[in-house]
Amino acid sequence: MFSRAYRTVVTVPPLAWVAVFLLLPYLLMFCYSFWSVSPAQTIVHSWNLDNYKELFEKPVYWQTLLRSMWIAARVMAFSLLLGYPLAYFLSFYAGRRKDLFYQMVIIPLWVSYLVRAYAWKTILGSDGVLNTSLQYLHLTRHPLDFLLYSPFAVVLTLTHIYTPFAFLPIYAALEHIPRNLVEASHDLGATPAQTFWKVIFPLSIPGVVAGATFAFVLSLGDFLAPLLLGGPSGIMISNIVVSLFGAAYNWPLGAAISLGMLVLVVSLLFLSEKLEKKWSFS
Amino acid sequence: MTSTLTHNSPAPANSTTKPALLSIRNVAKTFGRNVVLRNISLEIAEGEFLTILGESGSGKTTLLRIIAGFESATSGEVWMGAERLDDQPPYRRRVNTVFQNYALFPHLTVEQNVGYGLRVARRPEAEIKQRTADALEKVKMTAHAKSKPSQVSGGQQQRVALARALVNRPRLLLLDEPLSALDANLRRQMQVELKSLQREVGIAFVFVTHDQEEAMVMSDRIALLRSGELEQVATPREIYSSPATAYTAQFIGHTNLLKCEIKNNLAQCSGLSWPISTPDGPTLFSLRPEHIRVGSSGANGTVRVCGRILTQAFHGATELIRVDCGSGLVLMVRTSNSIDTQKEVELEFSPSDAVLVRESPERI
Repeated sequence: MFSRAYRTVVTVPPLAWVAVFLLLPYLLMFCYSFWSVSPAQTIVHSWNLDNYKELFEKPVYWQTLLRSMWIAARVMAFSLLLGYPLAYFLSFYAGRRKDLFYQMVIIPLWVSYLVRAYAWKTILGSDGVLNTSLQYLHLTRHPLDFLLYSPFAVVLTLTHIYTPFAFLPIYAALEHIPRNLVEASHDLGATPAQTFWKVIFPLSIPGVVAGATFAFVLSLGDFLAPLLLGGPSGIMISNIVVSLFGAAYNWPLGAAISLGMLVLVVSLLFLSEKLEKKWSFS
Repeated sequence: MTSTLTHNSPAPANSTTKPALLSIRNVAKTFGRNVVLRNISLEIAEGEFLTILGESGSGKTTLLRIIAGFESATSGEVWMGAERLDDQPPYRRRVNTVFQNYALFPHLTVEQNVGYGLRVARRPEAEIKQRTADALEKVKMTAHAKSKPSQVSGGQQQRVALARALVNRPRLLLLDEPLSALDANLRRQMQVELKSLQREVGIAFVFVTHDQEEAMVMSDRIALLRSGELEQVATPREIYSSPATAYTAQFIGHTNLLKCEIKNNLAQCSGLSWPISTPDGPTLFSLRPEHIRVGSSGANGTVRVCGRILTQAFHGATELIRVDCGSGLVLMVRTSNSIDTQKEVELEFSPSDAVLVRESPERI
């Protein structure tokens, strides 16, 4: 149908892009993860499993991973708790203002991540908006120090940043529910609450799964929020990777952690895909 | 207009023989500036099969949605017996609907779909099981109880939708063009099944369709809707044999509309004339093609005219021919014997078969 030249022009660039910027780096990482660093700080190209052994033997790594997952799980939960009602309201009750509200949810996505993270810093800091207001209102005497440089700050910021990502697939799923199903449910005597739990929610599950996956996976790999707002107790696994590739100069160990993360994330995506399939009916 | 028409409707729909189950009183509906329904008054009797017939955009679905509670009327009232219906939400009305595209819940099995109404009403589990099984039996879907709606055919989905509505024993069942998605054969079969099912369960049906043939086959009464107003409400026989307006005559079956001038008790129309006792003035008559005979019987008092055959259309048992009778008069004639190559024909009809109809007023 299309000429050979045309097909070449269309298919080669994306394939080359994937090969050079995705497959090659992963391959390099894969190799690095089996190499080691000499005391003289050079990479030793001899193959061994020491890095992976270290991952399992040193508690700091898997403890940080568990903490990261716990933070990501909370971000996921809060994003769903905020995103679902918002999506439901927009899809079913916003009427003509639907597009306006939708834009209001989307616009923050255009604002730089850094700006939003720094904004929380100025809100939560000891001289921040929140603490000065609380003191001004005589609700507290001293600045609350758990607000900033804590897992709390990380969860709050990540929730703020990733709620739109949870919202979008849920909204799309709700928009896809034929409205005559809702009418049929009311017609058969179901109250609005019964209709929600028996018809609307089950049919929106693929969106919920997709939104939850977005929120969890994106927060799990985040390193900026913990770096800026996490403090020592809010360190996440990606911060360790960053420092291993940077100051610590242990690329092999960093590569091993990265690959471990990759396996984890890909399995999660696979699982979420399965769940979504199980709950879609169109 | 509507009240007199309703009053004229004979048994089995007559409100004097059976109590009115649902009464629609002066209902109007506007969407913004768009007037969809105006001044609709209609009574539906217990156990009646009433069809709301109309072209697309005539407001028939809107009227149905007002009865179901998905739309609220701009003015007017809907009553079910002594209970006002139009201020109740849909889930409190003892009315169930079979939707145009069935609206089966895709995540539930056939059985769960049918049991839905009973389950949300929190009936005992044993009762739900029994009634669901009975309903599935009634529509011959027992074998597919555990299937998902997407795994059964369109005709079967139709039956499930019917069972899902009927299992709740509504006082009134609304059907919104439920057969329009089926192919012609299945559709005819379902018409018969639906009608006998309605007889069997004895629930009043309000059936919406744009298909006049379907309306004729199934209904006890037809309410013909045109541009948001009721044109005529009558039994199929009555609406066919004595259409009140030119629109009705043309919408239901084929007809010849004769524009006549009445002068001194004589109707005159493009060279035809017959005696009639109506006040002078311009008048419209509807003359059904089957009331015109080919050839002359020599009987007294018939109107005769000669003409040339323009077209012939074979319809199986009958043939529909169009005959040019000169002076601008073209008559449609239904004949059971074939006309062959004959070009010139003599036609006759009895003046009593020409039904006087009102001109339908222009509506937007």
